[in-house]
Amino acid sequence: MPLQGTELAIVIVLFAAVSVLGFMASRWRKATSVSLDEWALAGRGFRSWVSWFVVGGDLYTAYTYVAVPALLFGSGAIGFYALPYVAIEYPLVFLIMIRLWSVCKTHGYVTAADFVRARFGSPTLALAVAITGVVATMPYIALNLLGIQAVLATMGISGSWPLIIAFVVLAAFTYKSGVRAPALISFVKDILVYIVIGVAIFYIPIRLGGWGHIFGSYNAHFKATPPGTASLLTGANQWQYITLALGSAFAIFLYPHSVTGVLTTRNRAVVKRTLAALPIYSFVLGLIALFGVMAIAGKIKPLTGTNGKPNTNTVVPSLFQHMFPSWFTGLAFAMIVIGALVPAAFMSIASANLFTRNIYKEYLRPQASEQEQTQVSKIVSLLVKAGALLFILLINPQFSINLQLLGGAIILQTLPSVMIGLYSRWLHRGALITGWAAGMIASIWTFYLTPDPALNEAHWGGTAFALSHLGLHTDVEIYIGFIGVVVNLLVSYGVTTALKALKTREGTDQTAPADYFTDVADRAPAAPAEPAVPTGA
Amino acid sequence: MTEASNSQDPSPPGLIHPTTTDRSPWNWLLLLPILLPLITVIYNRDNPHLLGFPFFFWFQLLFTLLAAAVSGIVFVMTRRRS
Repeated sequence: MPLQGTELAIVIVLFAAVSVLGFMASRWRKATSVSLDEWALAGRGFRSWVSWFVVGGDLYTAYTYVAVPALLFGSGAIGFYALPYVAIEYPLVFLIMIRLWSVCKTHGYVTAADFVRARFGSPTLALAVAITGVVATMPYIALNLLGIQAVLATMGISGSWPLIIAFVVLAAFTYKSGVRAPALISFVKDILVYIVIGVAIFYIPIRLGGWGHIFGSYNAHFKATPPGTASLLTGANQWQYITLALGSAFAIFLYPHSVTGVLTTRNRAVVKRTLAALPIYSFVLGLIALFGVMAIAGKIKPLTGTNGKPNTNTVVPSLFQHMFPSWFTGLAFAMIVIGALVPAAFMSIASANLFTRNIYKEYLRPQASEQEQTQVSKIVSLLVKAGALLFILLINPQFSINLQLLGGAIILQTLPSVMIGLYSRWLHRGALITGWAAGMIASIWTFYLTPDPALNEAHWGGTAFALSHLGLHTDVEIYIGFIGVVVNLLVSYGVTTALKALKTREGTDQTAPADYFTDVADRAPAAPAEPAVPTGA
Repeated sequence: MTEASNSQDPSPPGLIHPTTTDRSPWNWLLLLPILLPLITVIYNRDNPHLLGFPFFFWFQLLFTLLAAAVSGIVFVMTRRRS
């Protein structure tokens, strides 16, 4: 593939622009203290419009833009599970997140593990939640790099040095500006998304002869493909569709970066308004998914990856390249690259906070000052990004996709401690740890049993667990995270009953019922600590 | 319940406690956008088409708008006027 000069120039210019923005972001809503609340949560002060952009920019990753259409392109209807997933996620956590926001605001918690530690009086349980968060997030950051890599490959750039440069710059401005950097850049990201998708969704179908023709090609294509891929759901994958959508919807708000996003908001009304408006992004994601269908009608051929197999992640970039003049393709590619930077920054900050609060301060330096904690988080955010980069450079890309899928399943194992914990502390801390371990084992074991036909591997292959492995005579498949969380809940319940019968000590709950309703007034209170409202973005 | 009940972890200034419950009958509406997208038998079909879209696609796209509408209604109806 020859080098695409115009596209590359536009991507470089926009990348440079958002990098400057990232460095300057430290002056936006200037920090009033050196505490972790400022670097990691921008002082918990974002209001409705800002937080809609920020949380939207945080949750919708470049990888989503590339991989969801690729899944539809390769597997048909099952790939559209992302739509019910992103449609139900916000109503699902609408009431849960305001409780989390309130209790974290009351006590100054920065991570979900902070809350778990105080709620159940168990640093060990908090450690399990923190480690799960870091482990699940790492491949997720790596996948955002894959999004950038797909764009680079389509522009005719090989080698890993551009990727390394992009990540060094990202690491530098995140170090300096903290969460303010991705927050400010998310405005650019989201505006680019709305422009590019708004144009593409009308322009490409016109060029391809209309939606009727596009879906006609899609139906015809999947009549000729092997079983397991189809233009509609099949008896075998229908349950996978449902459990994957529901499991992913619960999982997304257990991820550390989502919690970070929610905690940057000013008050409960902002959380609610933001969650009510975020489905607009979901609608756009649904449209983005359809690029996979358009690519079938446009007879797009994915580029060959480094492993000699077609890399379907290049389908969307190739589609843009075939359909648009090169300056607009450049904009679309910049959208994907910037779309990777924002979530990657959020994720590395959130993982770093988990390390600082629940490992460093808990076990290594209990006397660490606020300033020291901020410094540790800043440094760890660099290490996390370096780790993610190594992931991409050393591990087969397809395998890192599978690891991210596994990440979704294991983050779900923190659901009983975090989400149920917000409502009840009936479950015993010892039982929650046992349940977490059982859920982790169940998820990993079912993941191990699943083969991956794309890689020709007999094991570690995917998230669709065939129930026939359990000796059942059925071709039904279920999401491994769903199996894990069911095992987790059963074990947590059973062990709690046993431990309560044995009258085992339950630890002290440092939260009070009223803490779950704490709020902050819309207008600045008399207290002078509130940062000023931004005058512009 | 007041802030005095968590003495070892004092609350920062500026916090208010205008309510002691999130309960409201309006919250039940949220079940609609959560459950409907999970019932695949409703939409796992090709016809009727709309603007060239198979039913499977256009109907599911509506779920996102339903989520926004229902969450918006619940937000407005459970908001405390101050």
